[in-house]
Amino acid sequence: MSKNNNSFNKDRRKFLLAATAATGAVGLTAAGVPFVTSMTPSEKAKAAGASVEVDISKVEKGQLLTTEWRGQPVWVLNRTDEMINDLSAGESNLADPKLKVTSQQPNYCQNETRSIKSNMLVVVGICTHLGCSPTAKLSPKGEMGESWPGGFFCPCHGSKFDLAGRVYKGSPAPTNLVVPPHRYNDDNTLVIGEDKKDEA
Amino acid sequence: MQKTNKSSLMNWVDERLPVSSFIKNHLTEYYAPKNFNFLYFFGALAIVVFVLQILTGIFLTMHYKPDALHAFASVEYIMRDVSFGWLIRYMHSTGASLFFVVIYMHMFRAIIYGSYKQPRELLWIFGVLIFLLLMAEAFFGYLLPWGQMSYWGAQVIVNLFAAVPFIGPDLAEWVRGDYLISDATLNRFFAFHVIALPFALAGLIFLHLAALHSVGSNNPDGVEIKESKDKKTGVPIDGIPFHPYYTVKDLIGLTVFLIVFASIIFFMPEVGGYFLEHNNFVPADPLVTPAHIAPVWYFTPFYSILRAVPPILNSQFPGVAAMGAAVLILFVVPWLDKSKVKSIRYKGTLYKKWLTAFVVSFIFLGYLGTVPSNVWGQFSNLIPGIGGMDVATFVARVLTLIYFSFFVLMPWYSRVDKTKPVPKRVTYK
Repeated sequence: MSKNNNSFNKDRRKFLLAATAATGAVGLTAAGVPFVTSMTPSEKAKAAGASVEVDISKVEKGQLLTTEWRGQPVWVLNRTDEMINDLSAGESNLADPKLKVTSQQPNYCQNETRSIKSNMLVVVGICTHLGCSPTAKLSPKGEMGESWPGGFFCPCHGSKFDLAGRVYKGSPAPTNLVVPPHRYNDDNTLVIGEDKKDEA
Repeated sequence: MQKTNKSSLMNWVDERLPVSSFIKNHLTEYYAPKNFNFLYFFGALAIVVFVLQILTGIFLTMHYKPDALHAFASVEYIMRDVSFGWLIRYMHSTGASLFFVVIYMHMFRAIIYGSYKQPRELLWIFGVLIFLLLMAEAFFGYLLPWGQMSYWGAQVIVNLFAAVPFIGPDLAEWVRGDYLISDATLNRFFAFHVIALPFALAGLIFLHLAALHSVGSNNPDGVEIKESKDKKTGVPIDGIPFHPYYTVKDLIGLTVFLIVFASIIFFMPEVGGYFLEHNNFVPADPLVTPAHIAPVWYFTPFYSILRAVPPILNSQFPGVAAMGAAVLILFVVPWLDKSKVKSIRYKGTLYKKWLTAFVVSFIFLGYLGTVPSNVWGQFSNLIPGIGGMDVATFVARVLTLIYFSFFVLMPWYSRVDKTKPVPKRVTYK
């Protein structure tokens, strides 16, 4: 190296500076990965997502059972014949009555009642807006107004859903409630979190 | 032994650390305009509240447990069994709300006197950053008592991230560290609340003050006192030393503030559910959302904006974006204001009308955010276009429009507004 201060190679300095900075940046990024990754769900949290079995023999017609799957409320509603008949009547007020957003239910619930058994509604009780749990307002009219046919009302931002978990027009929630994967082991045992064996 | 003569001790220190010159530059010979009014108390008060929050926070941390199984009970333990625990916690919870009162007043002061205008843009930007971090700090802290409002408030806010297109759901999961708000979330929010954000806040407050002392304070006249200096001394003619003049004046403001602070702590610590919400006295339950959820009052104007914007193309992102924009737009205010004058005293009626509309919309949005969206019932189905819509939602949409118009139209109305001539020197009776 030359001892004369005036005779250094400017380009070489620039290059060395940039190379050092780039190497440092790569090193810093690599060092940041463990910290960022440490904030993702732990193995313990991932393991907690298994399926649950629910005994539905005690759910009478018109009754709602709230159970828990992956820490979320799942509603099991045994709809009366009247409730099922009313489903098609209110369709003009719904945002997606024909279930065009297919990600909200498994294939085997892509039907008019959004269910395997026409009376048994199984939905995740979490509003598709920002994740509150809506309140069941199953009986018609009452505090929800004269035109209310029965359904679910989210207290956070006022989203409304019908008795198939389909969202009303004008609600902040963009999509219908999610029907989780589920199947029936026998008439009285519902398994939430696993698909029907033949369609899985 | 060292001679205990004060001046020689001070000399010894000064040669090693410039204490005396620091005191001169920032207190005894730091000149502030002589025409400050009461709105100038709030900056100093904000620092006092910040220190109070840190102090009370340290003592709360000694008894609080950041664990989903024990958090709620440990807060009750602080309230019932820890000696003076109730006092320290009420100081902290009341301090949080009053922090926002003080900061909102401080920001209002900056807006009406044009304190964001050249050369104080950077000072203003640091201020907005502090406001942003303060909101994050309050949000993280609110989860810690692990009550119903803590839980569902966090659920809603974290789900805001999920509304971001493409990366949203993964981002929300990363923030929570789980598929739902859980112990993992509580534990990390505790870390953010007690160390990460206070640390960042302290750094930003330092930069805010450094920028302030570099450009000097604005004043209600919006006149630069540095432009009229005494020819011999070089001291601004309209300036007075910060100490003792403003330290003593700020003590009066502090006294009044502490009277209010103590009255709330001792006589109405919950302030009717506005400072401590009733539902937060119920332990968090992931399966049941309370019948009416609302954020604490200082977030409600922004929450109202979120609620007012309808989903577009099956996405709730527009509402989230509007809420974010409502805060972020503050950053560009220095460049939106094209007025020739700084202070409202010399601005015209057009500006004053817009400012009034803005303040009214902010307050009403704040109110609407505390109540359910069906509070005023629905429009009759006979009205075309808005029939069946919640009246409050409609009003919130109009107010949201006014809120944004204040900023977006500012380049226009601040330019055409008829301003009055600004005096050379500050006015002072």
